This record gives sequence, C-alpha cells and structure tokens, in this order.
Amino acid sequence: MLSFIARRLGLLIPTFFGVTLLTFALIRMIPGDPVEVMMGERRVDPAMHAEALHRLGLDKPLYAQYFDYIGNLAHGDLGESLRTRESVWHEFITLFPATLELSLAALLFAGTVGLIAGVIAALKRGSLFDHGVMGISLAGYSMPIFWWGLLLIMFFSVWLGWTPVSGRIDLLYDIEPRTGFMLIDTLLSDEEGAFVDALQHLILPAVVLGTIPLAVIARMTRSAMLEVLREDYVRTARAKGLSPARVVFVHGLRNALIPVLTVIGLQVGTLLAGAVLTETIFSWPGVGKWLIESIGARDYPVVQNGILLIACLVIMVNFVVDILYGLANPRIRHQR
Amino acid sequence: MTTANSLPAVDQSLLYPSPLKEFWQAFAHNKGAVAGLMFMILIVFCALFAPWVAPYNPSEQFRDFLLTPPAWLEGGQWQFLLGTDELGRDLLSRLIHGARLSLMIGMASVLMSLIPGIFLGLVAGFFPRVMGPGIMRLMDVMLALPSLLLAVAIVAILGPGLINTVIAIAIVSLPSYVRLTRAAVMGELNRDYVTAARLAGASLPRLMFITVLPNCMAPLIVQATLSFSSAILDAAALGFLGLGVQPPTPEWGTMLASARDYIERAWWVVTLPGLTILLSVLAINLMGDGLRDALDPKLKNAV
Repeated sequence: MLSFIARRLGLLIPTFFGVTLLTFALIRMIPGDPVEVMMGERRVDPAMHAEALHRLGLDKPLYAQYFDYIGNLAHGDLGESLRTRESVWHEFITLFPATLELSLAALLFAGTVGLIAGVIAALKRGSLFDHGVMGISLAGYSMPIFWWGLLLIMFFSVWLGWTPVSGRIDLLYDIEPRTGFMLIDTLLSDEEGAFVDALQHLILPAVVLGTIPLAVIARMTRSAMLEVLREDYVRTARAKGLSPARVVFVHGLRNALIPVLTVIGLQVGTLLAGAVLTETIFSWPGVGKWLIESIGARDYPVVQNGILLIACLVIMVNFVVDILYGLANPRIRHQR
Repeated sequence: MTTANSLPAVDQSLLYPSPLKEFWQAFAHNKGAVAGLMFMILIVFCALFAPWVAPYNPSEQFRDFLLTPPAWLEGGQWQFLLGTDELGRDLLSRLIHGARLSLMIGMASVLMSLIPGIFLGLVAGFFPRVMGPGIMRLMDVMLALPSLLLAVAIVAILGPGLINTVIAIAIVSLPSYVRLTRAAVMGELNRDYVTAARLAGASLPRLMFITVLPNCMAPLIVQATLSFSSAILDAAALGFLGLGVQPPTPEWGTMLASARDYIERAWWVVTLPGLTILLSVLAINLMGDGLRDALDPKLKNAV
C-alpha cells in the first residue's frame, strides 16, 4: 500500500510543476507590455517603467523569472492583489469556506438524490420511473447551469417568493465569521432565525450546482447496480432467504458504491468550475466570483495564483480519490 | 454437374450490408438518437439559411415594441412570434442567427482540437518511450484544471471575443483526444495487420495515418460529438460571464447575460435562449449516444 501511495505521489510532482509552468506562462502570454497592463496607464515615464520592470523582476531572463516564481511559492508568497493590496493567499482562505460550504451542500444533494434515484431505477429496470430518471439525468447533463439558476430564481424567488435572490445571509443579521461556514456560524451566534435564513440562501445555489453531478451520479449508480445485481453472490444472498432490502443495500449497493465514489470524486472539478457560474448568478461571495471579478479588473496576480490554488486543490482531491480507490480495490493497487 | 448456372439468384439481403447501411440500422434503432438528429437538422438548416429563415435582421431595433411578449400571450404581436428583447429586437431572429454562431464555434473548436489531438496521440502512441511520457504529462496538467476554468483563464489572458473563445475551447478539449488516440493506437499496434504492414515495408507516416488511424476512429468520432456539445455549452457560459462573444452579437449565452436584468418582468428573454441551448446540447448528446452504440458496441456501458 505504501509503495502504491509513493508511486502516486511521484506522479503528483511533475503535474504540480506543470501547473506552475502553465500559470507562469499564462501571465507572460498577455498581449502588450506587462507594466502598462498592470499599471493600467499608457506611456509610463521610461525611468519609472524600467524601475517597475526591475521591481517585478521582469528584466531577468525567463528561466530566472520562473525560478523566482517557484521560490516565492515555496515561501508561501502568492503575491498580492493589485486591487485590494491584500495577499492573495489571505483573500483565498477567507473566501474559500463559502465555496466549500456551497460545494458540500451541492454534493450532499446530488449524492443522496442521485443514489436513491439510481438504485430505484436499477431495481425497476425498464419501468416508467427508470426511463424518467434516465431522461431527466440526460437533460441534467446537458443543462446550461447558468440558465438553470436564472430559471429557478425566476420561479422560486420572484414568482413564489420562497427563497432570497442572492448572497449568503440577510443583511439584517450580523454574524461573526468563526468557521467561515455560514450554517455553523449562525448556529453558534445567538441571532434568532439566522440559521433558517442562511439555509434558505443556500438551497437554490446548492441545487443548481448539484444538477450535473446529480445526473452523473444517478446514471453511474444505475449502471453499477445493474452490474452488481447480476453477480452470483447476489443470487446466493437471495437464495439464502435474506430480505430484499438487505440484499439490495448490504450486498448490492455496498459493492456498487466503489465506482460511484470514484465518479463523485471526479466531480470535484465540475463543482469548482460550476461554482464560478453559480456564484456569479447568486452573488455568492466565494472563490469563483472572486476569480471572475479579478479577471474583469485585470488583477493578474489574483488570476494567476487563484487558478494555481484551485488546480492544486483538484490535484489533491484526485490524489485522495485515487488512494481511496486503491484501498477499496486491491486490483488497482497492484497494477504494474 | 451443373454449377453456377443453376444456383438461385443470390438474395441481396443475405449479403453483407454495406458499412453505411449497417451503421444506419444500428443508429436508427435508437429512438432518442434519431430525434436528436432531426432537431440538429432543423438547427443546421436555420444556421445555414439564417438570413432567409429569420423574419428580421437580428440587430434591428423596433423602438415601439420593447419587451413585447410572445405572440400567443396577452399583449403579444404576431409579427414577433417569440417576442422582443429590451431593445425591441426580434427574439426569434436573434436565436436563429445565434444558431449560426454556436454551430460555428462548436465546429471550429472541434476541428482545432481534433487534428492536433490526433497527431499528438499518434506520436505518443508510436513513440511510447521518447515522446509518450512528455506529452501525456502535459495533458495531465491540462486535465488538472476544470475545463471551464481553464477556458476562463485563457480568455482572461487573450481577451474576450469570438476567436479567443474558439481557441480557449479548442485548447481545453485537446487532452481528451490525445488520450483517446493514444489508448486506441497502443491497442492496435500489437495487432497482426500492423506487423504485416511493417514487414511489407510501410513507411512510418503510412503506418500512422493509413494503417492504424482509420481503426482508431470510432471512439474519436464519439468524442468529437460530445465535445461539440460541450463546446456550445462552454461558449455560452463564457458569453454569459461576459468573457465570450461580445454584445450586440446574438450569441445565446451573451443574450442570457443581458436578459438577467429583466428576470422580474420578461420571462421570455430569460427562458428562450437557455431553452435553445439546452435542446441543442441535448440533441447532440442523444446523437452521440446513438453514434457510440452504432460505431462501437464495446463502449456501450461506459459513462
């Protein structure tokens, strides 16, 4: 097992350096003069221009610039935002809990509904319910989620007035950010009704963000269940006279879960990309909205290292999923 | 002994069906795929003949008819079948011209990633020691970023616009072609027919493009359909974020972005562009499923 982890870790290192190369290159691909772009003014005084070039280290050869970049990263220095003068890391870490809370809620929604729908569809194969689930999940998979969000806002917030339109919590409440998770913070605070309000704010964005993962999980659960239910040990379990529920959930679902869990792990990238759109629609103060706003403001240090941080996050999650998969399935562990 | 002459006429239906006919039979078996194909034919028709099909010029502003609801609703006008937007432009005409743009973005980005993707995949497959690891690591790096995010990053650097949208989407979908081609090539290289071609003295380019490549096409065609639909989705998402095609060009996602402000009083400007995106993407995905079943039965249970 240890050698398996070590091998996977070994693969991680070149990928990490590749990502840093990518983010490094991205900034150098900006058309035009970097100083003018970053200062936001044309025709800077030549002396100042040279000074800025030197201060940013852009007068060195490219490889030296790259080593500087890596050196800074190794010291945990991700630069500072051009807009707020705050360190990129600090901004990221204050906004990240909002994105994490949203993503976890979305995953919870997609996981529960997807698993239940997938299992029932597999058990009632060929029924109306099965066709319905497959049809809806295909539509969910093709859904432009930014439109889906607008549609839900229009229906539930504007017409029915059930949920708020945007943000994480009503402005009336003054919640002290202790954990960064609004649901926990509102519980810890003694403001009455704050928790319910936060929950109401969370529901629509979570449903929107969870739609594509829901479709993928439902399809995957269905096909994994169908495969498992054909196995001999399921027939044996039935023949032993176990209750149908026990056969389905203990013998069936437990084995079907392995591929499903992998798929859920792989959805993390989809979630983070979807968060960019969902947070923009619902004005959710998270990492995705931060990135888009930084792009609009040409805040290049934030764009560069924000993307780096998100890429590292995806790499780490995929690594953990890989390891878990190896734990669950020895055949993977001993390959090659 | 009478032989050839006395044999009954060969029943045509017992012969091997032509590959095209065989493919069509398998494809037509899938009802969803046929429905998807019909819808796509409609969209392609609209896109090709947009100036003749659309009732108006997509940017013509009818100042007296701002936010007119669709014709069948109260206050609707039959001259604007699907209503008008906030500047009094005919929604139907804009959607039809938008089809042009979306299909073009999809096609251009698929071609721009398919061709280099196949080439890189072939090289990685044929030289597994020298070129393979390098190319594959690079693709892993690109896959580490969620596709929309990478596209956003690329557009953020290159600047918004139609061409840059296409470039960004093409770069984003490159890794899947490279991986698929390489995997297929590695599988084919051990086959006898490749050895035979090698022994017969086939040159490397001939081996690559004429001997091996045609046998790797099935998964690539399926992937091309799927990335066509995700290209349309991503382009719309970029447009929605204000990073894609810029207004007043009638792109579906861009139309949605400007419709956001009218969510409370004009549901049609919000609903219709999105519905068009959803239906087109759904149609292409249905076709993709049908293609996969028809071309490569082995892939049937893949997700």
